Amino acid sequence: MKLETIMAGFGGQGIMLMGEILAHSAMMENKEVSWIPSYGPEMRGGTANCMVVISDRRIASPIISHPDVLVAMNKPSMEKFSPLVKPGGLIILNISMIDDRPARGDVDILEVDAGKIADALGNSKVANMVVLGALVGKTGIVDKKTVLNSIDCFLPSHRKSMYEINEKAFIKGLELMAGVTLKGVG
Amino acid sequence: MKVVFERPRSLQLTRTHYCPGCGHGIVHRLVAEIIDEFNIQEKTIGIAPVGCSVLAYNYFDIDMQQAAHGRAPAVATGIKRVLPDRVVFAYQGDGDLASIGTAEIIHAAGRSENITVIFINNAIYGMTGGQMAPTTLVGQKTETTPYGRDPKMAGYPIKICEILSVMDGPAFIARVAISDVKNILKAKSMIKKAFQMQIENRGFSLVEILSPCPTNWGMTPGDAMRWINDEMTKVFPPGIYKESWEVLA
Amino acid sequence: MEKLLMKGNEALAEAAIRAGCQCFFGYPITPQSELPAYLAREMPKRGRVFLQAESEIAAINMVYGAAGAGARVMTSSSGPGISLKQEGISYLCGAELPCLIVNIVRGGPGLGDIQPAQSDYFQATRGGGHGDYRTIVFAPSSVQELVDLVYDAFDLADIYRNPVMILGDGILGQMMEPVVFREKPRRQLPPKTWATTGKKGRGQNIITSLYLDPVKLEQHNWKLDKKYREIMARECRWEVINGDDAEYFVVAYGICARIAFSAIEMARSAGVKAGLIRPVTLWPYPQKAFDDVMNRAKAFLTVELSLGQMIDDVKLSVNGRAPVYFYGRPGGMVPTAEDIFNEILKMKGASV
Repeated sequence: MKLETIMAGFGGQGIMLMGEILAHSAMMENKEVSWIPSYGPEMRGGTANCMVVISDRRIASPIISHPDVLVAMNKPSMEKFSPLVKPGGLIILNISMIDDRPARGDVDILEVDAGKIADALGNSKVANMVVLGALVGKTGIVDKKTVLNSIDCFLPSHRKSMYEINEKAFIKGLELMAGVTLKGVG
Repeated sequence: MKVVFERPRSLQLTRTHYCPGCGHGIVHRLVAEIIDEFNIQEKTIGIAPVGCSVLAYNYFDIDMQQAAHGRAPAVATGIKRVLPDRVVFAYQGDGDLASIGTAEIIHAAGRSENITVIFINNAIYGMTGGQMAPTTLVGQKTETTPYGRDPKMAGYPIKICEILSVMDGPAFIARVAISDVKNILKAKSMIKKAFQMQIENRGFSLVEILSPCPTNWGMTPGDAMRWINDEMTKVFPPGIYKESWEVLA
Repeated sequence: MEKLLMKGNEALAEAAIRAGCQCFFGYPITPQSELPAYLAREMPKRGRVFLQAESEIAAINMVYGAAGAGARVMTSSSGPGISLKQEGISYLCGAELPCLIVNIVRGGPGLGDIQPAQSDYFQATRGGGHGDYRTIVFAPSSVQELVDLVYDAFDLADIYRNPVMILGDGILGQMMEPVVFREKPRRQLPPKTWATTGKKGRGQNIITSLYLDPVKLEQHNWKLDKKYREIMARECRWEVINGDDAEYFVVAYGICARIAFSAIEMARSAGVKAGLIRPVTLWPYPQKAFDDVMNRAKAFLTVELSLGQMIDDVKLSVNGRAPVYFYGRPGGMVPTAEDIFNEILKMKGASV
């Protein structure tokens, strides 16, 4: 088993944290993990991305050329990374921020109105947790309970009151999996 | 018979390489006497610079480190931070302290690093053979200012005590001359006060010493002493520039 | 034991504290900033010294003073700052003082950029400053290895009275991976009887690199040489991956070795018997790794984030026994596994 994920969006959308929580959860389930933030010229232009590799074997390169999963939180990220996704892979789109769709007929495309869902929960910042829920629900790469535990771990002690809304957002994302539109090879 | 004069314990019984009439021997002796008087020979660590006094560790009988050119205050900082209960002093010349090492001395003073600096100002580079120093007087002839230091070409002497005294960090800044017996005794009392500042945890202390270099000045030892009184003190007035007896937090 | 998810820079800092580092002196520079930030936060809490110096030059000389006073001490920087420290490193080597120097390498020359690079290899392994000297150089390629090598770096520094350098890069410093801080059995370390702590109860101690008499300086250099040879004989470290039946070897270190490892896997899937030699010590260079595989090696491909620096050591180690090829990306660019895979195919094509 090996899952390579690229998560990308604007700075401030919680991209790095989403990746860290995924990596941490996988680590807690005794998988090998690596996480690297944007590097190289990609750092410029206000976009942020991170690469998460999860494997049951020693991880060779932490740098991902062709991801199994792309989480695109905004349009520039979708445009930049969607051509790189492996055939048969998965693209998760935050359609609250993206009006376009990638021209890929050979991958699963998961549309999540994460911004809207987060707003409905009362905090637009938890859109990342909605998307993380969708990713976990679709791939089953880690257990739901492990992720919730990791979310708790990453909240600093003075912000533990934020746990509940993050949990709700994550669960919403998980539950979404029942009714989403899958375009592509599915 | 009563002993009225003897070698300080903190000096080794050896012949120095210093030229006849050089001021280093006098200052070494003053520092060693003070170390003996405070009875701190076994807890004092000195730093030798690059310059004529690079071999100071062969003359002082205390633990010493030899530092890269200008870096003695940084080396002293490293030692003092690790061993705060020891007495740490840097011994530096004018090229070492006021030219290549200006950043280190200003920042050690700025941090009020609890160390003592003995700064020998003889207005010339001794070891390399008489080149212009940052403290060379306007008009003074050296190997690299053969027509006399021209401020248009080579700028003005750097006045370390004046610079450091406007800073918040230092506890004690003074300038002395060792041009005659009276001044030598005064120099000793200032150096002693600088060490006392450190021992009492009051922070950074520095004593600038106007010191003769007859060899590179091309003078007799006697004329060199007179030149300090007549010329150097006009540009570098002796005195206490800063004295603060607050204890470091 | 507790497994933590940590950034390379922060894991290195925590490892240094756990390895007994008493003081840190440094000057800010990207991309190693998390390391001093972590230490600034944690060192005072644990009764240790953190000091931001006025320059890299001052920092390395503070390291000199503290090391001379017998403390376990470190500094960290990146290329341009390491260049400034070279004078101090030469003095540390001359005066035989132990310390840890971390270089999170960035693209150069000059101000360059802040992206990962391996272009400081020559500087790290050939001395870097003036005079005949060597520093032990570790090149970790994972966060866990980074942590493990910090303990070893401090110990070897003390054992040999020599600076040890850890050479990383921006990716390694920023990368998060699981880390376990193993409480290793401590080596028996020689007492620091030479340290300048005040001459209580003993004779005078002097820390110096000055020997005005050339006869004495030559003796001192021969003594250093003897030590360096001892280190070369004892401290070489390397890893060989898929080496048992490999015919085509990629040689790479640090983050580059991780990418090369992926390329090796691709080559294996394509039926190429490829293997990886990953030096862990860059000085002393693990020549034996090459001797061990020479009976079956058909060619070597050196991959570096530079114009080709380690390749000199690869050629010295191979010593004409097989062809040596090079593939590199300088200036902070990073090759993909596919790029390296293609180079492996080229190597195979050229060597048949």
